[in-house]
Amino acid sequence: MSAQATDITPAPSTRGGGLRHKLPGSLAWHIGSLLVLAVILYPVIWVIGGSFKKSEDIVGSLDLFPGDPIISNYTSLADGIADISISTFFYNSLFLGVGSVIGILASCSLTAYAFARIKFAGRNLLFTLMIGTLLLPYHVLLIPQYVLFRNMEMINTYTPLLLGKYLATEAFFVFLMVQFMRNMPKELDEAARLDGCGHFRIYWSIMLPLCRPALITSAIFTFINSWNDFMGPLIYLNEPDKYTVSLGLKMFVDQDAVANYGGMIAMSLVALLPVLAFFLAFQRYLIDGMATSGLKG
Amino acid sequence: MGTTVTHAPAMEGLSQDSEPRHGPVKPVRPAALKRRRRRENLAGYLFMSPWIAGFLLLTAGPMVASLYFAFTDYNLFDAPKWIGLDNFSEMFGDPRWRHSVQVTLWYVVVGTPLKLLAALGVALLLAQKRRGQAFYRAAFYAPSLIGASVSVAIVWKAIFSDDAIVDRTQKIFGIDVGGWTGDPDMIIYSLVALTVWQFGAPMVIFLAGLKQVPRELYEAAEVDGAGKLRRFWNITLPMISPVLFFNVLLETIHSFQIFSSAYIVGGGAGSNACGPADGSMVYTCYLYVQGFENSRMGLASAMAWMLLVAVALVTAVLFWSQKRWVHYEEGAR
Repeated sequence: MSAQATDITPAPSTRGGGLRHKLPGSLAWHIGSLLVLAVILYPVIWVIGGSFKKSEDIVGSLDLFPGDPIISNYTSLADGIADISISTFFYNSLFLGVGSVIGILASCSLTAYAFARIKFAGRNLLFTLMIGTLLLPYHVLLIPQYVLFRNMEMINTYTPLLLGKYLATEAFFVFLMVQFMRNMPKELDEAARLDGCGHFRIYWSIMLPLCRPALITSAIFTFINSWNDFMGPLIYLNEPDKYTVSLGLKMFVDQDAVANYGGMIAMSLVALLPVLAFFLAFQRYLIDGMATSGLKG
Repeated sequence: MGTTVTHAPAMEGLSQDSEPRHGPVKPVRPAALKRRRRRENLAGYLFMSPWIAGFLLLTAGPMVASLYFAFTDYNLFDAPKWIGLDNFSEMFGDPRWRHSVQVTLWYVVVGTPLKLLAALGVALLLAQKRRGQAFYRAAFYAPSLIGASVSVAIVWKAIFSDDAIVDRTQKIFGIDVGGWTGDPDMIIYSLVALTVWQFGAPMVIFLAGLKQVPRELYEAAEVDGAGKLRRFWNITLPMISPVLFFNVLLETIHSFQIFSSAYIVGGGAGSNACGPADGSMVYTCYLYVQGFENSRMGLASAMAWMLLVAVALVTAVLFWSQKRWVHYEEGAR
């Protein structure tokens, strides 16, 4: 599967036609693509434009951009939400995001190494179990996990949101890394073994550096998922100064929506910025990681 | 939970490398072999220990606990009390529960095919390699990353509310049904629109599948005089059927579990948490309301198990059906 030609076009675009057909075909292609793009981008452009409108003009008007842009929606964010500074929410989300990334990278790569590179008794059984958890609806675990963390008096701490990340419960990333490591030539390990390297050395000095693309993909997905996560924080956090950006926004909706609609729209946009920035910086890794996940590695 | 990530259904084990991979080729004495095997086992379980701990503590244990809670009356404060099947009979007799099943099924049945059709259609368009392809691919994928966020749900609610853009646009065509989010029957379609908007993730997977179709097949078909539609039906579709199967499976399973967008677009507070007249009361919303707002942990656990059974059934049916329509290449599987 590594040898497939990447430039093959399946749908023949130049059906029997020479140059005469080429131009209109290409034009139609661009028009089609631009149309899809317009639909995709509409909500994003709407929210950007709306964030510079007066609250009462946001919903009622068809104009994408305001005649006289204002920035008070953004400056109003400086007052915070319910006496809590916006930066608190961002700091909390950032902390959880970075904490999740570290946990996922460490625990999932160790697990993946065992699946991909060590022959141990029971490996196939454990692998099947791991794949099974990929398809398990999270909601079955929601209540018992809540009860568990409640009995351990960990409600309103970040432990319930982070612990699973350090225990490799995100099977998707284990799977992604297993796929990647399995494709590495076996001779690498054998040579290292002959040089007297143990598994940990091979994992640390050979596998991890070679798996960088898979690690980067996992890290970015983990951060974005953690940033977007709503149900976890909703259940486990109940003091506003521990809230993440998602919960801060929710609080905005509940308390402030009517009074400061523009502020809510501005805050929605600001909350998306880190994700969009990550996407712009790493879109190649994200899309390639996504694409290979659907194919057998 | 609401992730944008997908994963492959490659269920086959790891047995592709059956020969011992470590160690030199020279003959090894049985005792040494045994020792080495023991060392490998130890190393394997050491590396696996975080996963094993997580599996026992956060997956297997909770599943068993959840199954037990499903047969109890449990409000978090008093010890669970065994009540047999009462939770299930209450559930089936509850019109609100039946309504939430209906809303969810409708969402899955309408939203998933539309999303996959959009994904396949745009993938076929983008598969023609032209300038700007990479840009479009990235731009179309972006909504899948932000679609599950509270921000987008807020924007969605605004766009589909009364007198907003969707309402005004449909009035131009003489349709006056008001904003979708305020209408118990329409709000679910704003959620369908939201999921279709995120067609980029399955599209990327379709694109990767399309790239693997050997070009010779098309050339041969063209020589035989097969038209465009014919080539699509007889070559493209069978060749990408494994990818199609994967997308159908994942998108269906994900759709069953929609929560945050339904909760936020619906309003997300107190007794009418999920839309006007429960319009966006999807299954997990009701589960959340029963468990965390009404402290009915036993009942909510029973609901969660019903969801698991439903998802497992759908998965089983899909796997059973793939014999009929999914074509794996010889030797590829």
